[in-house]
Amino acid sequence: MPDCDVLVIGAGPAGLAAATRAAETGASVAMVDDNPHPGGQIWRAAAGKAPQDAARWIHSAEQHQVEWIAGARVFAAPAPNRIAVEKFDGELELGYRSLILATGARERFLPFPGWTLPNVMGAGGLQALAKSGLPVEGKKIVIAGSGPLLLAVAKYMKEHAADVRLIAEQATQSALLAFGLRLAAHPGKLIQAVGLRAALLGIPYLTSCWPVAAEGKDKLEAVTLSRGERTWTERCDYLACGFGLVPNTEIAALLGCRLSDGSVAVDEQQQTSITNVYSAGEATGIGGLELALVEGEIAGFAAAGASARARTLFAARDRYRKFAEALEHAFAPREELKALPREETLVCRCEDVTLGRVRSCTGWREAKLHTRCGMGPCQGRVCGAAVEFLLGWKSESVRPPVFPTRIESLTRTEPPA
Amino acid sequence: MGKSYDVAIAGGGIVGAACAEECAAAGLSVVVVEPGPVGGGATAAGMGHIVVMDDSPAQIALTNYSRTLWMARAHEFPADVEYVSAGTLWVAADAEEMAEVERKRAVYEAIGVRAEVLGPRELAEAEPNLRPSLAGALRVPDDAVVYPPCAARYMLQRALERGAVVRAGESAAQLSGAGIKLRDGSFVPAGIVVNATGAWAPSLTPGIEVRKRKGHLVITDRYPGFVHHQLVELGYLKSAHSMTADSVAFNVQPRKTGQLLIGSSRQFGAEHGEIDANMLTRMLRRAQEYMPALAALTAIRSWTGFRAATPDKLPLIGPCPQDPRLYLATGHEGLGITTSLATAKLVADQLLHRTPAIPVEPYLPGRKQAEHD
Repeated sequence: MPDCDVLVIGAGPAGLAAATRAAETGASVAMVDDNPHPGGQIWRAAAGKAPQDAARWIHSAEQHQVEWIAGARVFAAPAPNRIAVEKFDGELELGYRSLILATGARERFLPFPGWTLPNVMGAGGLQALAKSGLPVEGKKIVIAGSGPLLLAVAKYMKEHAADVRLIAEQATQSALLAFGLRLAAHPGKLIQAVGLRAALLGIPYLTSCWPVAAEGKDKLEAVTLSRGERTWTERCDYLACGFGLVPNTEIAALLGCRLSDGSVAVDEQQQTSITNVYSAGEATGIGGLELALVEGEIAGFAAAGASARARTLFAARDRYRKFAEALEHAFAPREELKALPREETLVCRCEDVTLGRVRSCTGWREAKLHTRCGMGPCQGRVCGAAVEFLLGWKSESVRPPVFPTRIESLTRTEPPA
Repeated sequence: MGKSYDVAIAGGGIVGAACAEECAAAGLSVVVVEPGPVGGGATAAGMGHIVVMDDSPAQIALTNYSRTLWMARAHEFPADVEYVSAGTLWVAADAEEMAEVERKRAVYEAIGVRAEVLGPRELAEAEPNLRPSLAGALRVPDDAVVYPPCAARYMLQRALERGAVVRAGESAAQLSGAGIKLRDGSFVPAGIVVNATGAWAPSLTPGIEVRKRKGHLVITDRYPGFVHHQLVELGYLKSAHSMTADSVAFNVQPRKTGQLLIGSSRQFGAEHGEIDANMLTRMLRRAQEYMPALAALTAIRSWTGFRAATPDKLPLIGPCPQDPRLYLATGHEGLGITTSLATAKLVADQLLHRTPAIPVEPYLPGRKQAEHD
């Protein structure tokens, strides 16, 4: 007997929308997430207070009796229609009729000299730390990388009295202008973008600009930036970097779902190549909040068998997908960034493997076996995307545990006699 | 027809790499055909335990000889080979197994392998994370641990320095004493051909008695000092002996990185490489019976591999009776890393008509194999 009709993995926007819509049709729904609160990375609550949009979806999921399983990390799929999750206080297995993977995305890190110094961190990572109490008031912060996330992080930091020195956006001015014109077709997005830019008044937003080196003795003291012909050094306490997002596809891969171009491949009902396994949101391709919500709604309806209701949302999804394509095009990492790391720059920070050693191998598997690149506790989540960008190698198969998991969790389940 | 080599080796695992190094060192021209990364098959899947095993007189002779070769070379390995003389502790759970410890010690002493008996208190002091109330252990201090893929790469590198050639990314489709036919249809002619393709050897040399025996391993995050020796339960022998049932045994190894490798499992008839959740659970439960503190450690990866098993637990080293120019160097089961160096010596000794350091007869492919129970 399954524990629920629809099981949703991930409680960000896509997961919340999926769980709510599935539950509205009368299906029994459970939602698991490794965080203590729903909302995902984008709606991560500061001191227990979720943003307004998030609160609405969370409230609606609660109203429809979505069972909320917090602090639970999926690590294996021990049998068909069952997954195993690890919680702080133990392990449990969940059975389902339909599964929705709303596993979101993570930041892409690109290595450059000094990127492993303390206080160089992910842009989203710094924001998450600030939300959970890291004091940023008066701290000098440089935000670098690519994409709208940099603006959102800058806004948050500014609101919390940080001294945001500048935003270094690697994309060209012309790419952003072209993107801005396309925004005009999306009034909601335009307002959001204008709102962000307005809030950023006073923070220099430099296009075609990127960090070439982070410097400091024991921790970050300054960053050297490059823009066109000009190179200069900016003193700072934190360097927040994010070169776009990478879909989290590990659980989909573990289940055997087909991946395409680094994302979970889905059909028009958001169903993956495996019957009754659906996926929505950033895991199926980076597209932003609105697309994640509508994909989540479609997946929720479809997974609960309400495919006609799912169909009513296709037009909206098409609109947001066009926006997502424009976004991807405008902020695609530039070729020049491949030249940032030197041969001695670390690519894999878990196992201290330099670019030179990785480059001497013929592919991912050889690099793993002969240099241990990607073999540390992050399981290649950080260096995998970097190596794919730098050398074009795609990482190989996924095996359980898909997250580092306590030995006792791997052994709690009674094996059949 | 391309250039003819003295020796063409199918398989760039540790056995193929060691054979290439040995043959090249003897002045022979060598080519190695390997479709994947060097040491990417069972070599990468195994633990890398250099160990003297006393399952049979021939097994003791081979493992002891090969371990001597490893010990003599310990100083020359680059750091990434991670040769650590960690020693093995054969852990006895009860009085019956303690009797086995004594028997084993006498066997080792007779062949000059250092070994000492630890009582319960000495065992607890040596490995405080083992469960209390174990009966004792046999400590074999000169056993070692290596990182096999880099050991294989190092040996092959040495062969290349002596003029050997690697046909990387190419697969052998057919073998005969005359050479290797590749998947792309081309032919690599040679005076002697060596099948060193591990558990896949029967697909290139049909009819040989080698079966796949699947194993699982788990590696943890870094916990330096949690374990000091390679720890193996004495019951391991019972597990390794059985030719029929699936079995698990407590087998934990400290890596130079501070990580722990946890094994072991043995399965016949499992042809696919995916993780078997039940075997993994059984294996880790067995490990926790001996070492309860493992429960709280974090596992970061699991994988499987295929040992090349023969009915009498001894490898096949030497020419095939039906084709004296076609050599086999396979069937090492769980001892391929340990016995790779001795295998390479015995292969080169036979094809160069040198006098081997130990008798080769027990390992010749034409031998009558007594099935182990």
